[in-house]
This record gives sequence, C-alpha cells and structure tokens, in this order.
Amino acid sequence: MKNTPSLVYTLLLVALIAAPFVGAYPVFVMKLMCFALFASAFNLLLGYTGLLSFGHAAFFGGSAYVAAHAMKVWGLTPELGLLTGTAVGALLGWVFGLLAIRRQGIYFAMITLALAQMVFFIALQAKFTGGEDGLQGVPRGRLFGVIDLRNDLTMYYVVLAVVVAAFLLIARTTRSPFGQVLKGIKENEPRALSLGYDVGRYKLLAFVISAALSGLAGSLKTLVLGFATLSDVHWSASGQVILMTLVGGLGTLSGPLAGASVVVLLENKIGELGHLLARLTTIDWFNALGESVTMVTGLIFVVCVLAFRRGITGEVITVVQKLRSLSNAK
Amino acid sequence: MGLFNLPNLPLSALLSQLLLGLVNGSFYAILSLGLAVIFGLLNVINFAHGALFMMGAVLTWMGLTYFNINYWAMLVLAPLAVGLFGVLTERLLLRWIYKLDHLYGLLLTLGLTLLIEGAFRSAYGVSGLTYDTPDALAGATDLGFMFLPNYRAWVVAASLGICFATWFVIEKTRLGAYLRAGTENPRLVEAFGINVPLMVTLTYGFGVALAAFAGVLAAPVIQVSPLMGQNLIIVVFAIVVIGGMGSIMGAILTGLGLGVIEGLTKVVYPEASSTVVFVVMVIVLLIRPAGLFGKEK
Amino acid sequence: MAPPALDIKGLQAWYGESHVLHGVDMVVQPGEVVTLLGRNGAGRTTTLRAILGLTGARKGSIKVNGAQTIDMATHGIAHHGIGYCPEERGIFASLSCEENLMLPPTLKGAGKGMSVDEIYEMFPNLAERRHSQGTRLSGGEQQMLAVARILRTGARLLLLDEISEGLAPVIVQALARMIRVLKRKGYTVVMVEQNFRFAAPLADRFYVMENGRMVEAFGAAELDAKMPVLNELLGV
Repeated sequence: MKNTPSLVYTLLLVALIAAPFVGAYPVFVMKLMCFALFASAFNLLLGYTGLLSFGHAAFFGGSAYVAAHAMKVWGLTPELGLLTGTAVGALLGWVFGLLAIRRQGIYFAMITLALAQMVFFIALQAKFTGGEDGLQGVPRGRLFGVIDLRNDLTMYYVVLAVVVAAFLLIARTTRSPFGQVLKGIKENEPRALSLGYDVGRYKLLAFVISAALSGLAGSLKTLVLGFATLSDVHWSASGQVILMTLVGGLGTLSGPLAGASVVVLLENKIGELGHLLARLTTIDWFNALGESVTMVTGLIFVVCVLAFRRGITGEVITVVQKLRSLSNAK
Repeated sequence: MGLFNLPNLPLSALLSQLLLGLVNGSFYAILSLGLAVIFGLLNVINFAHGALFMMGAVLTWMGLTYFNINYWAMLVLAPLAVGLFGVLTERLLLRWIYKLDHLYGLLLTLGLTLLIEGAFRSAYGVSGLTYDTPDALAGATDLGFMFLPNYRAWVVAASLGICFATWFVIEKTRLGAYLRAGTENPRLVEAFGINVPLMVTLTYGFGVALAAFAGVLAAPVIQVSPLMGQNLIIVVFAIVVIGGMGSIMGAILTGLGLGVIEGLTKVVYPEASSTVVFVVMVIVLLIRPAGLFGKEK
Repeated sequence: MAPPALDIKGLQAWYGESHVLHGVDMVVQPGEVVTLLGRNGAGRTTTLRAILGLTGARKGSIKVNGAQTIDMATHGIAHHGIGYCPEERGIFASLSCEENLMLPPTLKGAGKGMSVDEIYEMFPNLAERRHSQGTRLSGGEQQMLAVARILRTGARLLLLDEISEGLAPVIVQALARMIRVLKRKGYTVVMVEQNFRFAAPLADRFYVMENGRMVEAFGAAELDAKMPVLNELLGV
C-alpha cells in the first residue's frame, strides 16, 4: 500500500482553503468533506482491518439525531454537540462491535446490518426523532459560545479544521503499531492469533474508532445542513459509504476522499449528466437518468466489483508504478 | 397495564394473529431456505434475494394485468422466469467473484439489488400495485373457534409443502447428495465426474426461483411494490444469523418460529414487532454465537 | 497395441503464481501398478491433482488412454476412466456411508464398474456401517470407502494418494491384499506412497520425484540395485 505523497495532500489542502474564493459553494464542499470523513472512518475498518460493516448508517445517522437534539433542544454549543455525537457513535460502535465480532466473515456484515436496521426502526418510531420529518431547524450556534457559525464562510473553515484533524488522526492510527496489527489481522488473522495478539480486542477498538469518527461526520453534517433525517439511518446510507470506499480504493488513505467526491458529485449532478449523455448519444432515455439514481448506483457497484476493484487511487497507483518501472528499465 | 396488551383478547383474535405470524414465517422460511442453499454451494450471500422475491410478485401482477395470465399459472411461470434470470446472472456476473473475498459477493448482489429495484421503480414508482386474491381461495372457512381466511391457510400450506419438498430432495435423494457433497468439497465432487459448475448455476437458479415462488404467494397479501423486498431481506438476514446456515431444516424452523414470535409480539407489544427479530438475534448472539442450528464452515 | 493408460510429457503446473511442476514425464501401461516416490513437497500429490486438472494453470501433454486431456475441465477428465483417492480421503460428513459409496456416477465410455454387491463382498465392514454418517467410520473404514466408491464407477485407472497413511498395520496389510486383487483384475494403479515397505512389493515400476521433476524411473527388477540411490533421495 503506497502512500500518496505529501505534495498531493498539501495541494489538496491549499485547494480546499482557497475553494470558497474561487467560486465553489461552501455548503456543497462542506457536505463533501463530511462524507469524505465518513468514508475515511469506514475505510479504517474495511480497508485496513478487513471488516465489512453494513451498519455504519447507525453511527452516522444515530449521532446526527442525538447531536441535532442536543443542539436544538438542549441548546448545547456546537463543539459540545459534536462531542456528544462522537460519543454516541463510539458507544453504539462498542455495542455493535461486541455483538458482531462473535461471528466471522459474512455473518459479521449481516449482524451489523440487522443491528443498524433496529436503530432505523427506533429512529422511525421514537418521538424525539420527529419520525418521517426528522429533526429540522438545528441552529448553527456559537462555537465555544463565541464564534458565530451562521456565516457559511466561518462554518466552512471550522469544518475544514475538524475534518483535517480527524483525517490526521486516522492517518496517524494507520501508521502506528496499532495500525500495523490491524493490517496483520486483515492479511492473516490466524497468524496474528498465533503471534499472541488479542485479535478480538483489536477489532473492537478499530470498530469503536471507526464508529466514533463516523458519528463525528454525522454530527458535523447535521450542524452544516441543519437537519437529521431518516435517510441518515437508512441502510442505503450504509451502502453509500461502502460504495464511496469501493470506488475510491480500499486500504488507501486518499481512496475514500476520491470516492466520496465522486459519489457526492454523481448524486448531485446525475440529472445534468443524464441530459448531457442524452445530447451526446441522442438516446432519449438518458434524460430520465436523474430519476434512476438507484440503478446507476447499482451499476457502479457491479462494474466496480467485476472490473475496478482497486478503485480510483488503486488504479492510479498501479499506473504510476508501471510508469516508474518502465523508466527504471531504460 | 402500561406497555403490554395482555390477552383479554378473544381466542379467535389471538389465533388470527398467530396465523398471520405463520404466513410471514412461511415467507421467512422459504427465503432463508433459498439463501442457505445458495450460500452453502456458492459461498455467496445473495443480497438480491429480496429483490427477486419482489420480482416474483411484480411479474405475477404483470402477468395478470398485461397478459391475463391467472395466479395459478404464475405460480409456475414466475419462478421459472426468475430462475432463468438467476441462471443468466450466475453465468454472466457471479462466476467471476468466486475466487475473491466473501465480501465481493455481497457487494455484487447488492449492486444487483439496486439495479433490479431501480428498474422496477422507474417503471412503477414506489406506490403499491393491487393484486386480488384468486377467486378459488377468497373468503374464509368457519372452523367454529375462528374464521380461517382461506388464502392465508393456502399460503402456509403451500410454503410448508415447498419447504418439505426442498428438504426431501436435498436430504434424501441422489441429487441432494450431489449438492451436499458439493457444499463440502466441490473440487473432489468434480473429480468424480460431476459437472459442478453446472450444478452451481442451477442451484442459484433454484434458490432464486424459490424466492420468486414466495413472491407469487405474497402478491395477494403483501402490497406489491418495487420496495417490498427491501426490509424483508434484512429480517431474513437476521433469521439466518439466528438459525445458522448449515442446516436446511434449521433455516425452515427458524423462519417459521420467528414469524410466529413476531406475530405474537404484535398482540402483546405492537411497537416492538418490527424489531423483535433483531432482539432475538442479539440474544442468540450472546448465548449461542454459532446460531441455533449452526455448523460453522 | 493399446495406448498407455497414462502418458504424461513435459507437464508443468502452477498453483496461482507458484510454479510447482517443472516438466514431468511419466508413462503407465494398462494393468501396471506404478509407485510415485519422493520427499514431502516433491510434487507427487500435485502430479496426481494435475492429471485431474485440480491445480491452477497447466502446460504440456497428458493423455489418458490415448486421449489428450490437458485442456479439459476436471469433470470431463474423470470420464476418461479415472478414479481418484485424495490424500485427505474426502469422505463427506453430510452423507451416509452408503451415500458416499453411491456418489460418484458411472463414468461414460468406461467399462462396467463393480456392482454394489461385489463391493460389499470385498468390504464387509462397509456393508455393516452403510447407514452411519460417513465421518463416523474409523480411519481404516474411511480409506476402504474412499477406494470402494471409485471401484463402482467403472474407472480403470486409479490414482491413490497415501492410502496407507496413519492406518494400523493390520489394515495396511488388508489394503495391500486389495491392491493385489485389483491388479489381478487388470486395473491400472498409480500410487503415491511414503510407506516404502507397503509400496515396494506391490509395484511393477517406480518413479521418483524431486522439486517438481522426475529424477528416477525403473522397474521392480532393478529395485535392489537402486536402493543406494533411493536411500540418498528419500532417506529410506
């Protein structure tokens, strides 16, 4: 697993800092950053530990609801709201992890899906979540009681700071001894066991970290957009984050960033993409592409699994390596 | 007092709910049976099982609406059509992922689910399509202690029949021996001269045909819509975790049992009925991690 | 003149990226009993598996009764009259003893196999335990079952991988008697064997493998003369 050079990350950071001034819509980029964090947190579990969770919507959405409630009803300041959300994510992650880790492989995924579905039904029926309408009108509030976040630009840089910090945390984790053990578990779990590692505890800890940061992403999204709804806890959100990670490239740090960008862009622009395709190919059906997000998502899944498993960053790394070996051979 | 509506319910109402529980349990049984059979031989969790169940139901509706094909014919035609679709899916898509990690099978069938549901959704939207109970099974029979809705009785009977038939073929016949052996050691079975790749294809086709059969049975009782399989498949997953996928009989009994439990919960504590299966799953995971009938692979 | 039962030239095989057979040559005439000797990891089991197409990629030529099988799928190869007893015996736990026995189908184009009655006569233990679960049989009984089931199919070329392994001497003797009976009936047998004392009296010819290649090939008559070589190669 090669690491994208720091130059690329620096450029990316500069681009993000400059973005609002070159015409990007702050709210859109903030939303993108939240999902990039969600995908990165998810990838810690899938790409680095080799555990497929199908229930991350419970952490993202569950924390979103709790953070929304905390900030709207209890009047907590934003940083406390985010902390609450993260804590809820961690707690849910701990409970889910304890149960799911009891079974291997494919059962793990099914258990996380079932548990997340339980959270969905609780969210649907509980009074504090507002049922079908969700929780609307979450205030931006004042960060630390001082900084007014209602200004999109201020909010933008706060979100950027939080996401960058969280991303650095993930990067640090993957490169730490802890992260090395996780990779070892992914590659050869029996061997890790025979080396004396308490594999269950490592998996659980990875799960909790992943869930906590997913909760942070969900709470952040709630703060930015001002609402938490059922679609945040629906299993399709779990599917979406899997797609982001798959498309971007499993087991790389930058993969989820690329994947999240592609998927969010696709979902927002699919209508326009459809019209463009319709004009280019003169096939009228493409005009309705905007209404077939489900089908397009399904198609991307199928294509990625069959032909594109390395994802965007994986393919880029392969190309770069091939070019390098070609130039070395000269 | 409080949460529980304890039975000052007439017996007939209780039995009626029990029957409904059995009806749902029948669908759970057929679907988890199909999932278990497919998983056993292919090592793939067929996420698309719910969507193929839906396909069976929608095809039944389409058959009547566009071609005036009646329910009884669709009981045969819908599974055949979906089975054929399954065969094509296995040959064209699934066979490439057998050598890969388990999770790719789940992801591929997830993609397939989205494709199928998306396609039917573009055609029919998300609201329900009505399918009337076939005339021969309409109405109810007076048993004295309750009125037995004929159609629901038929669903339970037909489901038990198909489950028993499947169990019998798998456990008691030569063909079933091929399947059981192939689940344990496919390469050795192939070394004996049995065309295992063909068996795999047909098994997938059969598994999804079962799902479609359940779909036909469901058409008059569950509202037919492109989304009808979605929430159902997740419950079936929980059932499969509870029962373990090593045993055919286990899958059937767990499905039926949980349908009944769900039905009873609706009587006693209605708000929990949508989550009771998951709660049972949590309990089983804590007490017997390998599942009730599990034989860990 | 009838073609060789087995004619292998320049066989190479891979498990994934791993190149395990580097050009194996072997000829077995109909009715012969041939033993494949060699250290662990020499490639003997792999050779048997490669004949049936159970490895990864293969190159070279494998002719079974004159028919080229290198490009065939495993189930097609079997129908040229091959019966296979894998090293791990492969008795199916989810089948009864009798179901295990009846599982392999009659091979197309092969002669008649032994009838079930003949088999139960040859292996009375299996008749007694016919309804037991396959894996509840003792090690020796499972080995008998593994051989018996391929005798039913009409296979005339038997590939036997370490059938004496881990069995009590009494049973090993019974197996040796069985092989002699099969030889009298005209079966062709290729045996992979660690147990030199078991294999040596039975074989018409010997092949020795090392590092995925044949390094020695000689007839039973030359066995004594070759003992020093075998000592070196195998630590016999």
